[in-house]
Amino acid sequence: MTNIPETGRTQRVQIRLVVIQVLVFSLLLTLGGRLWYLQIRNGQEYSDEAKNNHVQQVVQPAVRGSILDARGVPLADNETRLVVSASRTELMKMKDDGKSVLTRLADVLGMKPKEVLDKVRLCDSKTPQPCWNGSPYQPIPVTDEATTQQALTIRERAEDFPGITAEPTAVRRYAAPGKANTAQVLGYLSPVTDEEITKAQNTDSPYLRSDQVGRSGLERTYDKELRGKAGVTRYEVDNLGRVIGQAKNDEAEPGSSVVTSIDARVQAVAEYELNDAMKVARQSFDKNTGENYKADSGAVVVMEARTGRVVAMASLPDYDPNSWVGGISAKDYAKLTGKNSNFPLLNRAIQAQAAPGSIFKVISSTAAVNAGYPFNGSYPCPSSYNVGGQTFKNFESQGYGDITIGRALEVSCDTVYYGIAHKEWLKDGGMNPKKHPNDWFYKTAHQFGLGKETGIDLPNEVSGRVPDRKWKQDFFKANKDAWCKQGKKGGTYVEQIAYENCLEGDKMRAGDSVNYSIGQGDTLVTPIQMATIYSAISNGGTLYDPTVGKAIVSGDGKSVQEIKPRSHGKLPFTRKTRNEIDGALAGVATRGSAAWRFGGWPQDKIPMHAKTGTAEVYGKQTTSWFATYTKDYSVVMTISQGGTGSGASGPAVRHIFDSLYGLDASGKQDLKKALLPTPQKSLPKIQQDGSIESPEIKPYRPAPSPAPDGQTLAAALGRRD
Amino acid sequence: MAGFSVQRYAPERSAWGKLTARDSVVRKLDWPLLGSALALSFIGSLLVYSATRGRDSLTHGDPYYFLFRHALNTGIGFALMVGTIWLGHRTLRGAVPILYGLSVILVLAVLTPLGATVNGAHAWIIIGGGFSLQPSEFTKITIILIMAMLLAERVDAGDQLHPDHRTVAKALGLAAVPMAVVMGMPDLGSVMVMVVIVLGVLLASGASNRWIGGLLGAGVAGAIAIWQLGLLDEYQIARFAAFANPALDPAGVGYNTNQARIAIGSGGLSGTGLFHGTQTTGQFVPEQQTDFVFTVAGEELGFLGAGLILVLLGVVLWRACRIARETTELYGTIVAAGIIAWFAFQAFENIGMTLGIMPVAGLPLPFVSYGGSSMFAVWVAVGLLQSIRVQRPISA
Repeated sequence: MTNIPETGRTQRVQIRLVVIQVLVFSLLLTLGGRLWYLQIRNGQEYSDEAKNNHVQQVVQPAVRGSILDARGVPLADNETRLVVSASRTELMKMKDDGKSVLTRLADVLGMKPKEVLDKVRLCDSKTPQPCWNGSPYQPIPVTDEATTQQALTIRERAEDFPGITAEPTAVRRYAAPGKANTAQVLGYLSPVTDEEITKAQNTDSPYLRSDQVGRSGLERTYDKELRGKAGVTRYEVDNLGRVIGQAKNDEAEPGSSVVTSIDARVQAVAEYELNDAMKVARQSFDKNTGENYKADSGAVVVMEARTGRVVAMASLPDYDPNSWVGGISAKDYAKLTGKNSNFPLLNRAIQAQAAPGSIFKVISSTAAVNAGYPFNGSYPCPSSYNVGGQTFKNFESQGYGDITIGRALEVSCDTVYYGIAHKEWLKDGGMNPKKHPNDWFYKTAHQFGLGKETGIDLPNEVSGRVPDRKWKQDFFKANKDAWCKQGKKGGTYVEQIAYENCLEGDKMRAGDSVNYSIGQGDTLVTPIQMATIYSAISNGGTLYDPTVGKAIVSGDGKSVQEIKPRSHGKLPFTRKTRNEIDGALAGVATRGSAAWRFGGWPQDKIPMHAKTGTAEVYGKQTTSWFATYTKDYSVVMTISQGGTGSGASGPAVRHIFDSLYGLDASGKQDLKKALLPTPQKSLPKIQQDGSIESPEIKPYRPAPSPAPDGQTLAAALGRRD
Repeated sequence: MAGFSVQRYAPERSAWGKLTARDSVVRKLDWPLLGSALALSFIGSLLVYSATRGRDSLTHGDPYYFLFRHALNTGIGFALMVGTIWLGHRTLRGAVPILYGLSVILVLAVLTPLGATVNGAHAWIIIGGGFSLQPSEFTKITIILIMAMLLAERVDAGDQLHPDHRTVAKALGLAAVPMAVVMGMPDLGSVMVMVVIVLGVLLASGASNRWIGGLLGAGVAGAIAIWQLGLLDEYQIARFAAFANPALDPAGVGYNTNQARIAIGSGGLSGTGLFHGTQTTGQFVPEQQTDFVFTVAGEELGFLGAGLILVLLGVVLWRACRIARETTELYGTIVAAGIIAWFAFQAFENIGMTLGIMPVAGLPLPFVSYGGSSMFAVWVAVGLLQSIRVQRPISA
C-alpha cells in the first residue's frame, strides 16, 4: 500500500531516540541518588529537625524536696497555696483573645483588668514587666494568693472561665520548728537566670524557666537532689502552633528530701543561748574601751565529735528565710545586704574569721611536744616575757612559777608558750632564717587543718589563715608600698607598726612568733575549723569533714542514700600526747580558767573538756571564744566584741550541754529531759507512701537561772582565758 | 501486505472474544504502561488525601474533598485515554490544526478577564463549581501534535529522509505562538517544559543538528537575556535565590524548600507510615497536594515508597521509549518522543525541586499531583502512546 520501509526510519533518528532514552534514565537515576542521600544518609538529621518543628513542651514543675532535721522535723518544706493560672493556648482561640475572660477573672480576684492582662502577655524586647517570660504553652500564674472562695468561684463557673484553672500548688516554707530558725544553714531560693538555663541546657539536670534555684546554704549545696525532675508533656503542633495531639508524657519526679544531722530542738537552744549571751554581753562593761561590749555578731557550732556531723549551727544576726519566698522585695533585700545591715546573710560559723586567742594553745602544745619539749617537763611561767626590748605580759601579770605544758593549758599561761616559741624561732635562725626552718608551730597549725576550708557541705566557706613565712612574704609584697608611705618612726601606734612593717615586714620577727604561739596576731580561724579540731581531740585525732546533710531520701522514700562521715586528716600527735592534752582540757573545766562556769558539772559521768580564748583585735573589743567537748559532742562558740571566752560564752555553752544531757543547774541528770544524751544514729522513719515521720516539737524553755553578770564576775574574780 | 485483511474470512466472534482475540486492541495495549500510570494515580490519590484531610481551610470541612476530586479527575483522564485510543492518533492527525487553534484560543483567554492568578502565575481559567482549567497543560499536547504533523508529513510520505529547514522553521514558529503567551502569564515552569518538548520533538524528527545546536544556544541566550533584562517577576527571582541558598531566608522563600527537604529527609528508609507524617499532618509544607505532593511520599512512605514512584515513572518512560522505537512511522515516533521529553523533564523538575536540586517552579508531578488539567493532559498523552502502539504498522 505505501512505501514505508519495515525499518521505516533513518539511522539518525534511531540514534537520537537512544540518546533521549539515556538522558531520561540518567535524570531518574539522579533523582534516586539524591533521594537516597536525603533519606538514608542524612535521614537522622532531618528527622531531628522535623521533631523540633512539630513538638512543643509543657512543663509541670516537680515539687521541691524537704530539708529535715535528724528526727524528721521539717526545717524547709512546701505549703500549698491556691494558684490561679491562665492557659494562653485556650485564650488565643477566643475571638477577643480571651480579653473578656480575663476581665471577669480580674473582677473575681479583686485585681485590675490591666494587671491581669499584663501578667499573661508574653515578654519580648519591647514589653516591660510584668509579662510572662516562660513558654507560651505553659499555664501562666496570675496569682498565688487566691482565697478558697475565689478558687471555688472559678471552678464552679468553669463555663465563664475557659482556660482558667485554680489549682493548689506547692510553695516553699521555712517552718522554724520550735523557733529553730536555722536561716543561714538552710539558705534560700531565687528564680533561675537566663545564663544558668543556657549553661545547664545539655546536662542531665537542665533548668526550666519557672525553676527556683538554691542560692545559699543547704538549698544550694543539695539543689540538684532537692529539685527533682520536672514533668514534661510534649504536644504535637501544626505549622500555626495549634495542638494536634499529645505525643509523650513524662511524669514529674518530686525532689529528694535531705535529712540533716541538725536537731531542731538543739538548734533552738543554740540560737536562743547565743542570742542571750550576746544580750548579756551588751549589758557588760568593758574596762578597756570604757563602754559596754558591742557583741555585734556571734556563732555557735554543736558537732558530733565522732562523725563531724553538725547538730546545731547558729549565726547571729540572722533573718527570716521566708522573706525570699515568692521573690524578695527591694526593701527586704536592702535590709539583708545593705551597708548598715551587719550582713545577716553571712553564716558566721563558716564565714566569719577571727584570731583564735588561747583556744589555739592546743595546737601550740602539740607543736611544742613535736618539737621535743616533753609535755610534763618544767617550763617557767613568769608574769611577763621579754623579746628584743618588747615586753609580753601574762594576763593580769600573774606568774605561776615552773609548770608543765598541761598546767599552762589549764591556767592559760602565755609566757610558757612565749618561751618555747622564742627558742624555736632562734633555732630556726631568727631574723636570718635557715634554708629549711622547722617552723614547728606553723607546720602544726596546717596539720590541724587551719588555713584551709574544712570541706563542710555548705557553700562559700572561708579558709582562715596561718601567718607563716610564705604568707608574710605575700602580704608584704601586697602592702609594702602602703606601709612605707604611711610609716613614721616614733609616730602613732599605727604609724610605728607601718614603719616597722616597711622595714622588715617580709621577715618572721621574734615578736610575730611569740604572739602567734598564743593565737594572737594575724592568725584567723573560723568556728567550724575549731569545732572540727576539738572534735578531733575528743575522738582521738581524726579530722572529719563537717557535714550537715546526713541522708538523701528519694521522693517516693524507696531510695535512701546516706552521707557517710569522711575524714580529711589526722591530728599530728601520739596517743600519749592526745591523752595528756585531753587531761589538761578536763582540768580547764574543773580547776582551770573555765572551772567557774562548770560548777556542779558531773565530771565523773560526763567528762567535760574546755578551753577558753579571748582574742585581741586592734581597734575593737576582744573576741570571745569558748571551745568545749565531751566524748559525744564538741561545742564552739564565739562572740565578736563580746569580752572573754568563759565570761561571755560560758553560760550559753553550759546551757547547751545541759539541754543535750538533761542536766539541771546542780548537775543532776534527768534523761527524760535530755534532748540528745547520745548522738542521733538512726534516720527518721520513712513510711510506706514515702513520707517521713515527724515528731512533735516543743519550743525551748530556758531554765530561769538568776545568772550573775558574767563579765563583771569574771573581772571581779580576776579570771581570764 | 499490511493492508491485507484476514478478518473477512474469520467467523463472527462474541464481544468478549473480540476483546480477547489475538489481534484485538485490548491485547495490543501496552499493559505495563497502563498499569504503571494507574498505580501512580492511585498512590497520588492516597498522598493527596493524606496531605489535605486536615486542611480545613481548603477542604471546607470535608476531608475527602480532594480525594474524591482526584479520583474523579483520574476517571475522566482514563476516559479521555480510552477515547483517544478509540479515535486513534492517526485519525486525530486530521484534527490537529483545529485542536492547536483551540488551545491557542484557550491560552489567550487566560489573558482576558476570564483568567485567574494562582501563586503568582496568571495561568488559570475559573469555570465555576470549584473547577478551574489550566490551558497550558493542553498546549503541551497540541504543540507536540502540530509539530509532529508538520515535521513527519513529507517524511512519512516518503518524499524526504528528514524534514527540511523550511518545515522545521514553520514548526518552531507554530510552537512559539502559545509559548510566548504562556511566558507572558508568566508561567515559567510550563514554558521550560515546552522548550524541552520542542527539543525532544526536533531530536526525534531527525532535523538537522544545526537546529538542535541552535535551539540549545538560543535557550541559553534567552535565559541570560531574561535574567539580565529583568523580565522575571520578583517571586521568580526569589525562588531561584532560595534554591541557590536555602538557608538565606528560612522563614520566607527558603521556607518551602527547607520544609520540603525536612519532610523527605525525615522519612528515612520506610517512612513514618501513611497519615502519620508529622510534617504532613502539621501542614508545614505549603502546596503539598499539588506541586509538593512528592514530600508526602518521602515522609510517610520513606525511601521505599518514594523510590517506588520513581520506578513507576521509570516504567512509564521505558515503555514510552519502546513505543517510540518500535513504530515505523515518524509521526508516531515524534509524538512519543515529545511525550517522553514532557514527562521526563516535568517529573525531574517537580521531584528535583522537592529534593533541593532544582529551583522551585509551579509544575505538577504527572499522574500523582492533584489538578484536573494536568491529569487530563497526561492521560490523553497515555492514550496517544497506546494508540501509536496499537496502530503501529505490522511488521511481519
